This record gives sequence, structure tokens and C-alpha cells, in this order.
Amino acid sequence: MSTAVAEVPVETRIHYLNASYGIKSWLFTTDHKRIALLYLGSITLMFFIGGAMAVLMRLHLIEPAGALVQPETYNKLFTMHGVVMLFFFLVPSIPATLGNFLVPMMIGARDLAFPKLNLLSWYVYITGATFTLYALISGGVDTGWTFYTPLSSHYLTTHVIAAATGVFINGFSSILTGLNFIVTIHKMRAPGLTWKRMQLFLWSIYATSVIFVLATPVIAIALFLVVLERAFHVGIFDPAIGGDPVLFQHLFWFYSHPAVYIMILPGMGVVSELVTCFSRKKPFGYMFIAYSSMAIAMISFFVWGHHMFVSGQSVYAGFIFSALSFAVAIPSAIKVFNWTATLYKGSISYQAPMLYALGFIGLFTMGGLTGLFLASMATDIHLHDTYFVIAHFHYIMVGGAVMGYLGGIHYWWPKITGRLYHDGWARFAALVIFVGFNLTFFPQYMLGYLGMPRRYAVYPSEFQVLNVMSSAGASILGVGYLIPFIYLLWSIRYGPVAGSNPWGAKGLEWETPSPPPTNNFQEPPVVAEEPYGYAEPEHAHV
Amino acid sequence: MAGALLAQWPQLRPANASISAGRIDHLYFFLTGLTLFFTFAIFATIFYFMIKYRRRSEQERPPATEQSFALELTWIIIPSLICVFVFLWGASLFFAAARPPQGAIEIFVVGKQWMWHLQHPEGQREINQLHVPVDVPVRLTMTSEDVIHDFFVPAFRMKMDVVPGRYTSEWFQATQPGSYHLFCAQYCGTLHSGMTGTIEVMTPTDYAQWLRDNSTTESMVQTGQQLFTRLGCDTCHLADGSGAGPALQGRFGKPLTLRDGQTRVMDEAYVRQSIFDPGSLPLPNYRPVMPTFRGQVSEEQILQLIAYIKSLGSGERTQAP
Amino acid sequence: MSESAATNPLAAPPAHRASPALHHQFEELEQQYDASNFGMWVFLATEVMFFGGLFTAYIIYRSIYYPGFVAGSHGLEGDFGAAMTFILLASSFTMALSVHAAREGKRAMLVVLLLLTIFLGIAFLGIKFTEYGHKWHEQMVPGLNFNPSVEALRGAPGNAVELFMCFYFFMTGLHALHMIIGIGLLSVMTILAWRGKIRRDNYDRIEVSGLYWHFVDIIWIYLFPLLYLVGGRYK
Repeated sequence: MSTAVAEVPVETRIHYLNASYGIKSWLFTTDHKRIALLYLGSITLMFFIGGAMAVLMRLHLIEPAGALVQPETYNKLFTMHGVVMLFFFLVPSIPATLGNFLVPMMIGARDLAFPKLNLLSWYVYITGATFTLYALISGGVDTGWTFYTPLSSHYLTTHVIAAATGVFINGFSSILTGLNFIVTIHKMRAPGLTWKRMQLFLWSIYATSVIFVLATPVIAIALFLVVLERAFHVGIFDPAIGGDPVLFQHLFWFYSHPAVYIMILPGMGVVSELVTCFSRKKPFGYMFIAYSSMAIAMISFFVWGHHMFVSGQSVYAGFIFSALSFAVAIPSAIKVFNWTATLYKGSISYQAPMLYALGFIGLFTMGGLTGLFLASMATDIHLHDTYFVIAHFHYIMVGGAVMGYLGGIHYWWPKITGRLYHDGWARFAALVIFVGFNLTFFPQYMLGYLGMPRRYAVYPSEFQVLNVMSSAGASILGVGYLIPFIYLLWSIRYGPVAGSNPWGAKGLEWETPSPPPTNNFQEPPVVAEEPYGYAEPEHAHV
Repeated sequence: MAGALLAQWPQLRPANASISAGRIDHLYFFLTGLTLFFTFAIFATIFYFMIKYRRRSEQERPPATEQSFALELTWIIIPSLICVFVFLWGASLFFAAARPPQGAIEIFVVGKQWMWHLQHPEGQREINQLHVPVDVPVRLTMTSEDVIHDFFVPAFRMKMDVVPGRYTSEWFQATQPGSYHLFCAQYCGTLHSGMTGTIEVMTPTDYAQWLRDNSTTESMVQTGQQLFTRLGCDTCHLADGSGAGPALQGRFGKPLTLRDGQTRVMDEAYVRQSIFDPGSLPLPNYRPVMPTFRGQVSEEQILQLIAYIKSLGSGERTQAP
Repeated sequence: MSESAATNPLAAPPAHRASPALHHQFEELEQQYDASNFGMWVFLATEVMFFGGLFTAYIIYRSIYYPGFVAGSHGLEGDFGAAMTFILLASSFTMALSVHAAREGKRAMLVVLLLLTIFLGIAFLGIKFTEYGHKWHEQMVPGLNFNPSVEALRGAPGNAVELFMCFYFFMTGLHALHMIIGIGLLSVMTILAWRGKIRRDNYDRIEVSGLYWHFVDIIWIYLFPLLYLVGGRYK
């Protein structure tokens, strides 16, 4: 890399955080790094709101007859938990925070292709969140995050239109972010940075962005049609005039299946970065990992019917969806094997980011394999709409995506803030989260197999022991999530100052000071080497 | 407290009470073994590498490992083969689950917020309960009056959505007498978790007794026949075929050709569609004068009409009404 | 801090000092132009997916309820439909000419052509809303006053015709919304052009607006036969 870094003490150096002050300099910023922090604040707030719903749900479920709330309220809790966590936390989590911060830096650019559009993206997100929170505060919504018709279009009396509108608007935030990333990665790579020299995080963000752009509009139209049907009391999903409510499911899942890959692919990209850095090895099978991201993105568009095996869908359509669902598992398996092989003969250190990455690999493997139970049509008959499905997707989304997100936040925290956090606390929190997570969700596999349906406010008493175990785990998990919140915030003020590359990592983002200057690079760096050159002779690194 | 919890220690398997249950469980256990094996293998490998290759000094710069195309191919091909195997196994079991055997008892189910209405062919009605004999196939034809529900019996490993505006069906053959949970498994509103019931599987003698004890004055066929007259169907669908509409004797279950050349089979769905939407099924040689009965008949009445039309024979006559 | 570009993080690099139209994140005008064009194409891909959901639903229902769709379609005013098609095609022509004018730096021509395009767009909307008014009078608006006469049903079942009318209003309404957005976009462009802000080095904003306008036109080219010409109209 050609950019030399002059280390000027943080107190006198101008960087993106102190280049300008005042609320207007943040609310009208077009700096991708500041926008990333705006997102970080908002999605953290949404995470704790969604988490609060989960805490209430798990407290309620310690009693078979329900310990806390009426069924109407419970239905609103699980709906809002799903809507907030999926649309307002998981979907934007890594792309809008780490993606926004790192994509220009990793390709050697000064900013994204469309900085003002980036800011607009955040405002659109806030608008969507406002509609959704309005629905929450004014009494809640109880459609389930899946908004199935005709329940949502004709039968419920809650604020369905507000909630659906919030999700609809938020979709445009995703679309604009994805558009920005695609154009940036295509058109603004530094000289010498070919596709095959890009860091794996960029490949995964690119694949995610393709899904953002092609899938999100379909849920937009699906929800738009539900809103119209609700407003005009007639529509194309209405069986009374010959409409088909199952058509909504097709449109909904056409987005929502690829959406789950939006949630996991960036986490996989983070894990690729963490595993290579903390074992000081270049990734085993770089091209396989890169192409597997693209394969997952493409195949993911053709498997949506596996959510509908028992919806009355044709058996033959089911066969195709089932076969393709198995096919989409293979690229994920390729990644897991390649990450494991990267560790071989490496020089492995166990700082918190690495603990999160390794936790991701193990838990994602289990979560992904339990997906096979659901891809297989016969077992899906029994397990569909039971707690098995809940356990499966939480293993992937929480054991996978959230741990990937936390690992990435911890890894790039020094770059973002210029400070180091206390690694002892961080490792402790990672362990608490790992234990709490497994205790919460492993019993749910068993509950599902035993037949406990999901979205139940009351349940037969023979399911109580497993529910109590799960709730106990949830309380541990909740504590586990609070710990990083505390020490990370603390480190901003009191943490030791970080150098430009505290981990000794390879990557263009580490070639800048921590925190970076507003323009990242004055001249675009010229890239002359393959990425992840850990085995190469050392350049001078601070 | 711990003692009380331990005493309740959950069994790990639901009851195995249908012929499908055991077969699906075999696949489930295979997948469980597969999952545990690979999860453990990955965890163990990672753990081993973490210890064996832990960083011993800050200056360590491990050499790059050679990429291995052979290894990549191996771990692509082996999982793919396993996936193909599991797919075929699951698909074949599902295919069997979608095809009820001949001679199944036909039970009609209407789901509505928040209860199940069931009717036996002999006319017995049940709410939130279904009595069936053991070792006899039972086929459920189901629809909903309002939102989408789902008829789920964990002990039978059986589940199917119940959709307004159309029929769905599932079948089972119970293997053990007993009382088994029935759950609604598609979120349907406020009392979704209250929309539960039981399937009572009885020995043949007990079942026969139950039928007698609960017999009604009218079978579904008889109710259907009365509706057929009351709604005026018999003014056009004359038995000798001389009316404005085709005769229905001996037609149920048979294929027929529509005016545009499409072939359809006269099954439950076809009868329902022709009652609600006659204009969508124009027949050659008949003018499209049948009015729609949308809004005039309930789902349960449609099922009774279907029972009557079925009884008019599909080639051979069934029991006299 | 030194003044040289290499170490002063706030000084602008050479290419930027040469052309004020070059945004700070790009290295060259050509890259900027490329990126903005590519960005609009990606956006149009999302629009295809958005309308695509509706078109897919339409195709499914048309095959199930064909007689109702034929009846509903014959109840639409084909002359209006044809006029709207012609107007939009003409507006795409004027739009393409305006891009050419912008590229050539011809301010007056650019403004005139943009105004023409806007005018044609407004004419399209005028006809569309007139049609909606007629449908209201005929009591053919689902959810609001759907109560068609027997003649209007043309022998098809009422519910199928109602489904068709749902598609008619949803699809043309969504299209009209996009037209309104397009007219808004072009109005902004017209004001910028009038003020002399469009030059040869930043005309890509006109080209990108043109892409959007052409896309909305193409959606109509699909809508017109799918809605107005079902079942053969001019036997």
C-alpha cells in the first residue's frame, strides 16, 4: 500500500469526529462515517426496544396460563418484537453501520457514490421507525411480523396500516443503501483494486446489496396492497370476491426469504475478516468464499415456497422449493469449512472479536443444519409454525448475525472511535452471551418437536419445564447484551487511545489513522498486492 | 421447586400415534444425528486448532497454507450428496402424506375464529374434538370461514393450513388409542392459542358405540339433499339430464371438459367453485345461466351439498341416504 | 500543517480544482457521470421489481378469471387509452431531445423541451383522471361504489369484474403516482436549466431524469394492452 500515515496526536489531529461540531453538523452530514454512527445510535435504540418485548414475552411464558399479560397484548408483543428486530435492527445492522463506515475505506475512496442519498437513507429509516413506533405506542399491532391476509387486511382492529406503512417506508432506506453500495463498489475502486483483490467483507456487502435492491420492492408492493385492501375493504387477497390470500404469502416470502440472507451475509463477511486477522492467515479458499456469497444471493430468490409447504401450495412446486433450499445450504457449508481451514497452522489469538467469530461459526452451523429439517418437506409438516422454527432462526439470526455484528463492532471500534475497550470485560460478555443464548434457544428445538406451536400466549402444562429453562436463559442473555453497551460507551471517553492498526490487520481501512480524517484518503491508494498478505514481509506498522 | 420441575421433566418425543409419525421420526432422528455430528465436528476442530495454533509470540507470521481444490471439491460433493439423499427421503414421505388411501373416512372440518367445527359423514357434529377409530385411514377436507388457520396434530406429525375460499386436505391413520392434542398452528388472531382441542382415537367397538350414542337424525347426505331441493338446484340439474343444467348422477370424481377445452375433475373444489363462480366453468352444450350462490350458503352447507352429490355415485352407488 | 495536497486533509486535489461540477468523492467527471447513470439503472431495476409484483398478480388472476377480465377491459375507454399512449410516446421523444439539447449546452431549447415534456405528462394525467371520474359515475370503483349495471358486466360474474377493476385502479394509480413524481423531477430540472445551472459537464442529471421518464413510459406501454386490450377489442 502506498499511503504513508503520519501519526499526529489525537488531541491536535483533525478527524471526522471533531472536524465540525454541533447538532447540525451531524444531522446534515454527508460523511459516510458520521452517517454510520447516526445509524448505530438508531438501531441500538431499536434493538433495546425489540429486546424489551422479548423480555416481556419470556417472562410471560414461564406460566402455562401466561404470567404477565392478556393474549391480546401477547400477540402485540411478538408482532412488535419481530417487526422491530427484523426490519429496524437486523436488516440495517451491519450494512448501515459497518458497511457505511467501511465500504469507501476498504476500496480506497473518499466517500460512497451518493453521499446525500446516504443521508436520505437514514432519514427514511427514521421516518419508517417513527410510523412503527407510533403504531406501538398507540396500542400496538397484532398481525405477526408476517402480516398474513385476510387476518391483517380484514379482521384486525389494530393499527395495521401505520405499522405496514412504517415497514414500507423503511424498505426504501434499504433500497437506497443497497443502490449506493452497488454503484460504489462497481465504479469507485482504487486503481489496482480488482474484484479478486477485494476484501471478503466487500463481497458479502455487494451480495447483500443485490438482494436489497431486487427483493425489497416486492414486500413494498405486498404491504402496499394490504394497506389498500384494508382502506377500501376490498382487494386482490379477498376470498369474498375470489381473491387468494395465499398470493400474499407468495409476495411476502419472495422478499422475506432473501431478506434473511440480507441478515446473515454481512455477518459472514465480518467473520471472514475476523478469522483472517486473528489467525494471521489469508483465507483458505478466497474465491470459494467470495463466490459462495454471490451464489447464496442468487439461489435465495428461488426458495421462498419452503415457508409454504403446508399452505395448500402444489406438491410439485414444493419439491422444487425443497430441492433448491438444500442447494442454498451448500455455499454456506463451503464458507464454514473454509473458515475452519483458515485456522489451520495459523497464529490464533482470542480477543473478543475472535470469540464472537468462532461463536458465530459454531452456532451458525447448528442453526443452518436445523434448516435442513425445515427444507425437508416431510419433517417440515411436523415442525412448521412450531418453536423449532423459532429456535432455528434465532440460532442463525442471534447466534449468527448478532454475534457477527458484535464481533464487527468490537473489531472496528478502535478505527471508528480511536479508543480501545477493555478486552477482559468484552470476552466475559461474549461468554455470557454465548451461554445465555444457548440456554434460551436450545430448549426451543425440543419444544417444537414436542409440538408446541409458535405465537401461543398460553400452552399445555407439559411444556412448562422447557419454557422456564428458555426464560432463564433469556435473562442471562439480556444481561449479556447490556455489558458491551456499558464498556463500549465508557471507552469512548476513558479508553486508551488506539493506534491506526491495533490488531495488526491487513486492509485499506487500517492504513488510515484512528479515527480517520473526513476524506479518508487524499489521493486514492494504489493497490498492487493481493489482499490478506499476512505471510508477506512486514511493512512498518504502528 | 427443583423437585417439582424435575418430576415434570419433559419427555423428549411426542406420542407416536400414526403410521406417518414413525416414518417422519426416522428422518428427524437422522437429521438430528447429522446436525449433532457436524456441529460437534466443527466445534471440536475449531477448539483443537485454537489450542494447537494459539499465538505464542507477537512476531509470529505463519506461512500461507496451500489452497486445495481437492479439499474444496470434497466438502462440496459430500454435503451435496447428503442433501440429495435427505431431499429425496423427505419428498417421498411428503408425497405419501399428500395421497390418502382408498376407503378413508371422510371428515369435514370448518375452522373459524376460534374453534373447530367437524362433521362426520353420518352427520355427527363435533366442536374442538374429533372421534376416530384406530387403524382406519381418515381424510379431512377443510376450509375456513374467516382467516387462515391450521389443523395440527403433533402426535400424528400432521399439519395443513385451513384457508378461506378453498379446500385443503390431509389424512392420517391412527395407530394407538388415546387422546391427542389438536392445535391451531397458523396465527389467527386474539385467541389463536385457545383454538385447541383433542383427537380421540378409539377402538373400533368404542367408535361404533360413540357413533350410535351421538347419532343425529340426519346424515350429511340427507342434509345436503334437502339443501339441494330448497335452493332450487333440482330444478335445473334434473336426474335425466333434460334440464338446463347437467345431471349430476355418476359424475363426482370423473373428468370433464370445459368449453375452452380444459379438462377438470369434478372434485370437492370443482363443486365449490361451480356453486360460487359458475361463470368461471362454462360447459360445452350448456348455456351459462346458473346463478351464483355466493353469500347464500355457508361453508358447512357447501360440504353437505358435496356429500350429497358424491352420494349420487361416481359409477357405483354408495349407501342409500 | 503544510499546505501541500498530500498532507493537508482539507485541500482539494487537482481534478477538483479544475471543474466545480466534480463532487468530492469522485476522481474524474467521467467516473461521476458513469456512477450517476449506473445508479439510475439500478434504481429502475428496483422499480421493475416493484411493478413486477403487481404484474405477476395480474397474470395469475387473468388466467383464473378471464371472462371477467374481458368484460372489465371492454368497459374501459379504448380511445382514451390510445390517446394516453400516444401522448406518452411523444413525451419520451421530447425528453430524449431535451437530453440532446443539454449535452449540446443549448439552454433555451432544453427549457422548451422540458416544458413540453411536462405539458404532455400533465395532459396524460388529465385524461387519466377524467377516466377515473367516468368510472366513478358508472359505479365501477371497488371499495367505494362498486355497483355495476348488468350491461357493464357484459355477462361476466360481478366478482371477477370487481377484481379486474381493482387491478385497473391499483396499476394505473401506481403508474400515475410515478408520473407525478416524474413531473416533479422534471420541474426541478426545468428550473435549474432556466437558471443556467445545466452545462455540458453536469448534464447527466437530465440524462438520468430522462431514464426515469422513459421507464415510466415503458410501464404504460405494458399497462395499455394488459388493461385495455384484453380479449381483443376491435373484432
